[in-house]
Amino acid sequence: MTVILGQTFTGISIGAVLLLIALGLSLTFGQMNVINMAHGEFIMAGAYTTYVLQKSISSAGISLLVALPVAFLVSGALGALLEWLLIRRLYLRPLDTLLVTWGVSLMLQQLARDIFGAPNVQTRAPDWLTGNITVIGGDDPLTFANSRLFILGLAVAAVVALSLTLRLTPLGRRIRAVVQNRDLAEVSGISTSTVDRTAFFIGSGLAGVAGVALTLVGPIGPTMGTNVIIDAFLVIVVGGIGQLKGTVIVAFVLGVLQSVLEYSTTVSVAKVLVLVAIVAFLQWRPQGLYTLRTRSLV
Amino acid sequence: MNVLTGRSARAWAGFAGAAVVLFAIAPLALSDFRLGLLAKYLCTAMVAVGICLAWGRGGLLTLGQGVFFGLGGYAMAMHLKIADAGPGNLPDFMQLYGTATELPWWWKPFENPAFALAATVLLPMAVAALLGLFIFRRRVKGAYFAILSQALAAALAIWLIGQQATTGGTNGLTDIQGFFGYSLDDPVNQRMVYFVIAAALLLLMAIARQLINSRYGELLVAVRDSEERVRFLGYDPANVKLVAYVVAAGMAGLAGALFVPAVGIISPALIGIVPSIEFVIGAAVGGRASLVGAVLGAVAVAWAKTALSEEFPAAWTYFQGLLFIVALAFLPGGLASLAVLVRRRRKAPPAQKTAAVPLGEAA
Repeated sequence: MTVILGQTFTGISIGAVLLLIALGLSLTFGQMNVINMAHGEFIMAGAYTTYVLQKSISSAGISLLVALPVAFLVSGALGALLEWLLIRRLYLRPLDTLLVTWGVSLMLQQLARDIFGAPNVQTRAPDWLTGNITVIGGDDPLTFANSRLFILGLAVAAVVALSLTLRLTPLGRRIRAVVQNRDLAEVSGISTSTVDRTAFFIGSGLAGVAGVALTLVGPIGPTMGTNVIIDAFLVIVVGGIGQLKGTVIVAFVLGVLQSVLEYSTTVSVAKVLVLVAIVAFLQWRPQGLYTLRTRSLV
Repeated sequence: MNVLTGRSARAWAGFAGAAVVLFAIAPLALSDFRLGLLAKYLCTAMVAVGICLAWGRGGLLTLGQGVFFGLGGYAMAMHLKIADAGPGNLPDFMQLYGTATELPWWWKPFENPAFALAATVLLPMAVAALLGLFIFRRRVKGAYFAILSQALAAALAIWLIGQQATTGGTNGLTDIQGFFGYSLDDPVNQRMVYFVIAAALLLLMAIARQLINSRYGELLVAVRDSEERVRFLGYDPANVKLVAYVVAAGMAGLAGALFVPAVGIISPALIGIVPSIEFVIGAAVGGRASLVGAVLGAVAVAWAKTALSEEFPAAWTYFQGLLFIVALAFLPGGLASLAVLVRRRRKAPPAQKTAAVPLGEAA
């Protein structure tokens, strides 16, 4: 019994990491219709920010907490810069943004290699995140790692913050207006280019936060972005592009599925099976779990 | 093709010119080492022919050509490994790990050279047909298709790495000695492999050109530009796309199969996400919708990679990224469209037509 609970918790924590990574993508891919392959490198930027901050702030606990907002700003600034330099020229060609941002991602990876070196680096986890919480004691104990719980909390906080921003603030209203009808929004006096850049700033910033979280569960390296980006894209596609609710549900479902399959087979077989499950799911709902209902033919 | 019009006469002249360059000038002008490299680049160009068809003409951005390249490559390499080991023996890496005492069941059919050769092309085509059927029937398209094809490349590479005992894992199938009885150490036989590859490339280009110039080719472009209109006219766009995807897969499979004797190795690192996207880079830089552009682009980018990474290992990545950004953001038709612009031809590069699709509809 505890094995099942333990695997489920592992799955939920994988899901929380997936959710954090996919959240920013949900904004830039879902809302802005830009397939940003450099999103993984913004995650990497967040992770390296954590690393650099820990070099200068000796207390691991404080440096982690400082890293969260700083990584948000660093990655967000990178995202806004990318939007201004390249992406705004490509809003009508979504598939080309995929390839152009792949070029950007190549360059950012090499930049990281030149600055920090090719080998992976590691950060120290703060003391208050190293232990476990024992949920069920006794001979067959069930324990949750503190760092995993922290990531889960972070993911939930990020989802709440993003959805409140989109729902309640004037900025959120403007973003939704641009997504629903770009031309009408422009005519109504909304500066769509400013909204685009702000949305990109927030989406990329969330990647930075995800990068901070990833330092708690794995090493930091130039290729860390490539390793996670595909999973994040799959979450968005299955959840329904631009659907926050779908992203949240699918991240956790895929996390648990991956964890359960890994337990009963191997890591590599589990990956393949998850992909098969996704293709099968898209037979049933080709547009993902949730879709914006329209009368559009395409 | 009954009447040699000006257009097809020019095409045949170009074809003859390419044949002269590939079969006469290159072997004379290049050292054995350089010719071996060219053979490798031509394999990339064969994949680019398929990408030109599927992406440039059909609008199917496939980021998983590495999968089909890999299936072809592994099918060929498995046969060559068995042949190298000799009858009754296990391939060397299986003996090394000692995990397999006899040939795994799914290796057995590849003992037969005819089966292995057919599998290099038919296996990728079958996988593409199966996947394409699922994807295109349910009208999964655009970004969804690109991401799924990319995930497929990741999954195959991860799976191969996981099966250390039977696929060689991360190392892949290495150190291939012979090619249907000919030793690959012998420079003469290496030249023979080069000629086979050059001939195969010309053949694939001829097939692609016939397809593009046929009624089907026009239908393919029509599906790319407005799928709904084609559907209203009574055609099934899913079938049109399926054919392009399957043909492209077969071409990538053949490229992978011929890559193995040219380089002597096939491994997950050659077929995962990164190489899959690199296949697309060449075609994009040269011009996705132009057959000659895609082929020349693929060769040029592969050549630039060797030349630059020999001199400046780190600089290559920056250059590669920059090449991609400049070509796609500022020259969507690739270098081929530049030639068109310079010559002031009346025909606009077809790639730009996709840009006219409004965002809301593309989603």
